[in-house]
Amino acid sequence: MVTFTLNGQERTFDGDPDTPLLWVIRDFEKLTGTKYGCGVAQCGACTVHLDGMPRRSCVTPIATIEGSEVVTIEGVSGTEADAVKTAWTGLDVPQCGYCQSGQIMSAVALLQMIPKPTDADIDGAMAGNICRCATYHRIRAAIHNAASSMEG
Amino acid sequence: MNWKFAITGVAALCLFVGAGTLLSPASVAQDAKTDTKTLKPAASFQSIANERERSVALFQEAGKVIQHPRCVNCHPATDRPLQGANMHPHQPPVFRGDGGMGLPGMQCTTCHSADNTPVVGQADTIKSIPGNPAWHLAPIEMAWAGKSLAQICQQIKDPARNGGKTMDEIVEHMAHDELVGWGWNPGAGREPVPGTQAEFGELISAWVKSGAACPAS
Ligand code: FES
Ligand code: FES
Repeated sequence: MVTFTLNGQERTFDGDPDTPLLWVIRDFEKLTGTKYGCGVAQCGACTVHLDGMPRRSCVTPIATIEGSEVVTIEGVSGTEADAVKTAWTGLDVPQCGYCQSGQIMSAVALLQMIPKPTDADIDGAMAGNICRCATYHRIRAAIHNAASSMEG
Repeated sequence: MNWKFAITGVAALCLFVGAGTLLSPASVAQDAKTDTKTLKPAASFQSIANERERSVALFQEAGKVIQHPRCVNCHPATDRPLQGANMHPHQPPVFRGDGGMGLPGMQCTTCHSADNTPVVGQADTIKSIPGNPAWHLAPIEMAWAGKSLAQICQQIKDPARNGGKTMDEIVEHMAHDELVGWGWNPGAGREPVPGTQAEFGELISAWVKSGAACPAS
């Protein structure tokens, strides 16, 4: 039995300890905002926050997160998340949208660590989030907009 | 294990084939005359009477480990780690960052765990994500990629390029360091370095005791 916190609520999981966190989130907790793209840590679609840090949930066995705090796109909140949401809708960033919850979780984590990121900071933090629709230019602009909106 | 089949959004796989094509199959030309799976025991080098020649031979045998992709991939010559038996640049693109732990927002621990993690995704060339509690890049002054065994040998002996270690500390590091030891336990889908860490430690120890001579090339 694994006990963890999901979006602020204590949850338990009693299945196979090797089950990826992504499966627990989607198929057991029915939170389907977090996406499955590759299952091998190559695309970033499954990004969540694990104890405040971005983490690929597809390569995170549930047994390894005992006592940890997991935040998904459904639960992410705070100044950075609000700024990202406003910036994202302002620029209409998503195209098909499939990669976007992962993009947003990575962007929020970046802004929590670096409130005013440079292009290089954005490249560094976002390089693992692939967008099949190539919305990269709008993602970059939206992160800059979110950072500006948090100033002062 | 029915969760393995509970994949939703399988159609999404086709969205990300671009990522898959970056993962070319592992293949390196191996010298057919060299046994790449085992290490000769340190004691077997006693038959070499000349101490300097013995020392060089010991280091060359240890070099089968040191120059293996499992070791060199995280001793890159740039800030980007290498990956796989063919030592291609790491995908996704990740960079050194503070302490060799990655950049803010994309640290090693975004994907790597304390243990090797088998994957459930459908990738012919990725059977597991490697992991270790100490997972990180070697500092740039310890770069081995692209260097000859002779250059690496000199580098290992130079405190300015070996983390300030004495030769005794080098022996200890090679023989017992846990992240070094990962090379013998690299997880599914990756070839381990030859021999055992104990045999490797004995080769390094015997090399140091015989004067730590370096090969000419
Ligand atoms: S689904 Fe986890 S990185 Fe692609
Ligand atoms: S918006 Fe379509 S994959 Fe990114």
